[in-house]
Amino acid sequence: MSVQTTDYTVSEIRSPAAFITSRVFIYGALVFWAFVCLFPIYWTITTSFKSAVDVTQGHLIPFVDFTPDWKGWRSLGLSPDSIFQTSTVRDEFFKRFMNSVITSVGASALAIIIGSLAAYGLVRYRYKFAWFRNEDISFFFLSQLILPPVVLALPFLVLYREVALLDTRIGLVLLYTLMVLPIVIWIMRDQFNSIPVELEEAALVDGLSIWGAFFRIVMPIALPGMVAAFILAMVLCWNEYFFAALLTSTDAKTIPVMVASQTGSQGINWWSMAALATAAIAPLAIIGIALERYLIMGMTAGSVK
Amino acid sequence: MAEQTSTANAWPANPADLIPAGRKRLGWGLLAAATLGLLAIIVVQILYKTEMSTVGFDTWRPVVYAYILWGAALGAWQVLTRGEDGQRALFLLPALLFTIAMVIFPTLFGFYIALTDWNLSSFTGRRFNGLDNFWQMLADPYYRNALLNMVLYVLAVLVEYVVAFGLALLLNAQIRARKFFRVVFLLPLMLSPVAVSWMVGKSLMEYRFGPAATLARHLGWDNPAFFSDPITARISIMMLDAWTFIPFMMIMLLAGLQAMSREVLEAARVDGATAWQTFWQVTFPLMLPVSVTAVILRIIFKLKLADIIITLTSGGPGGATDSVSSFIYREYRDRSNVGYGTMLAMAYLIIIVVFVTWLLKVASRFVRNVN
Repeated sequence: MSVQTTDYTVSEIRSPAAFITSRVFIYGALVFWAFVCLFPIYWTITTSFKSAVDVTQGHLIPFVDFTPDWKGWRSLGLSPDSIFQTSTVRDEFFKRFMNSVITSVGASALAIIIGSLAAYGLVRYRYKFAWFRNEDISFFFLSQLILPPVVLALPFLVLYREVALLDTRIGLVLLYTLMVLPIVIWIMRDQFNSIPVELEEAALVDGLSIWGAFFRIVMPIALPGMVAAFILAMVLCWNEYFFAALLTSTDAKTIPVMVASQTGSQGINWWSMAALATAAIAPLAIIGIALERYLIMGMTAGSVK
Repeated sequence: MAEQTSTANAWPANPADLIPAGRKRLGWGLLAAATLGLLAIIVVQILYKTEMSTVGFDTWRPVVYAYILWGAALGAWQVLTRGEDGQRALFLLPALLFTIAMVIFPTLFGFYIALTDWNLSSFTGRRFNGLDNFWQMLADPYYRNALLNMVLYVLAVLVEYVVAFGLALLLNAQIRARKFFRVVFLLPLMLSPVAVSWMVGKSLMEYRFGPAATLARHLGWDNPAFFSDPITARISIMMLDAWTFIPFMMIMLLAGLQAMSREVLEAARVDGATAWQTFWQVTFPLMLPVSVTAVILRIIFKLKLADIIITLTSGGPGGATDSVSSFIYREYRDRSNVGYGTMLAMAYLIIIVVFVTWLLKVASRFVRNVN
C-alpha cells in the first residue's frame, strides 16, 4: 500500500516546490491541531503542580519558569509525602472513583451481555412478535439512541424513589446500560453479520445446540467486536454526568459529579482542581491510548460498507 | 407470543408437535403461575399504598423482583413449549424485556407527570392539572430561547463537520507518525465533558490568567471575556463541545476515506483532474453516505448537550447559552418543578423524534439523488 500511495502523492504534485509547500502545509496543520488537542491536557497536568503565583503569572513550562510542587496532589492526599497519612479528601476521591469504576464496568458488561445476545438473534433468526418483525425490533432498539437523558431523568427520579434505587450504584448501572445498549447492538450486529453462517451450521451438524454453537464457536470470533463495544460503552458511562447528578446524592456519586461540585466552590484554588481533573481523566486517557484500535473499530462499525 | 418462521436455507425448524404434551403443560403452568404472582404482588402493593389494606411492602422493589422472575418464567415457557424456536427467542428476550421495562413504562409515566402540578418543595403534593403546563410552556420565553439555541448548536455541527473532514484528509495523506497523530486527535473524545469544562472553560479561558485569554489579548482583543456577552458565550460553548466531539466524526470520515478505492482516484488523476477537482468531483460524492451517517449521529449526540452548559455557565448570561436539557435540569434542581420540567422534556422528545425522522428521510433521499 505504501509504495502505491507514495507514487500517487509524488506524481500528483508535479513540481518539487509545490511538493515541499504541500508537505509544510500538511505537517503544519497536523502539529497545530495536535497542539490544540494536547495543550489543555498539558495545562491541567502542569497546573496541578503550580502555586498561586505561578498560576497568576501564567507560567507554563515546569523547571524553566516555575518550580513544580506537589501542592495540588497534596490537597487530594495523593502526593508522595501525604500518601501514607490519613486524608478525608483521598478517601472521598477513592469512594467516588470506585463508584465510577463499578457503575461503568457493570453497565458496560450488562449491556454487552444482553446486547450481544439480542444482536446475534436479530442477525441470525427471523422473529415475529405480534406484528413486529426483525427490522421493527432492530429499529426499536436503535431508536433508543435519540432518547435524550432529560426525558427519562425525571420519571426515573420518581420511580427510583419508589423502588428504593435512588442514590444506589445498581440504579445507575441500569440506566447506563439502557443508554449504551443501542450502541452495543449496533456494533455487535455488524460483527455477527461478518461471521459466515456456515461455521454455525457445521457446529450444529456436529451436535452442538444453538446456544452451544453461540458460546463455543461464535463468541470467540466476535470477541474483538465485544471488546470494541465494551471500551466505547466504558467511555460513555465513565463520562456520564446528567443522570449521576440528578439521581445520586451521597452514596453513589461518581467522579464527574465530584468534579462538578468542586468547580463551583473553590474559586482560585486551581492546583487542587487541576489535580482532581487530571485524576478524573487519567484512567480513560490511558485506556484510550492503549486500546485505541478497538475504540476506532467500535466507532466505525457499520458506517462503512 | 413469539412466533418464528425460520429462514428457508439456514435453520430447519423443530416441529412443535415433537414436544411432549406434559412438557408443554409444565411451561404453561409456569407462565401462568409467574403472571399471577406478578399481578398479585402489584395488586397487593396498590391496595397497601392506597391504604386500603395493611399488608404490603414499604417500597415497590418486590415488584421489580417479581418482574425479573416473570421474565425468567417467560423464557422458560418459550423453551418448554416451543423447543428450539423458544431457544432462539431466548436470545432476544432479555434485551427486549429490559428495554421495555426501562423505557416504555417511565415514558408513559412521564407523560402522566407532565400533566400534573407537582413541585417537590411544596407540601400539596401531586395534583392533576390537565394541560396547564402545556399552556405555560407555550408562553415561556426561556424555553423558546433554549429551543432556538438548540437550532444554533445543531447548525454548528456543519462547521464541526468541515473541520473533521479536513482532519480526516490530513490523517489520510501520506504522512509519518500517522498513528501518533491519530491517538492525539482522538484524546479529547475520551475526556469527560465535566472535566473539560473546568480544564478549558474555567481555567484556560479564565478572564484574568487563562492562557487563552492572554493569547487573545496579544492578538488585540482587549477584553477577552469568553462567557459574558450572549453571542461570545454561545460561540465558546460551541467550540468547547466541538473540541470534544470533532474526533468522533473525524474517525468515521477517516474510515470512509480509507475504504475508498485507489483506482477511482487514480483514474481521476489520469484524466488530468487537479487535486481540487478530484476532491469535489470524486472524493466528496463518494464520501457522502459516510458523511451523512456521521453528521446525523453527531446531531443526535448534540441534541443531548447539557453537561458543559450546566457546569460552565449554568445557562448564563441570562439563559443565552441554555440548551433544552440544561434548562430543564435547572428547572428541576433550582425550582424542584417536576411537573412542569417533565412537560418541557416530553415536548422536547416529540420535537426531536419528528425532527430526526424528517432528517433521516431527507438524508436518504439526498444520498440517493446524488449517487
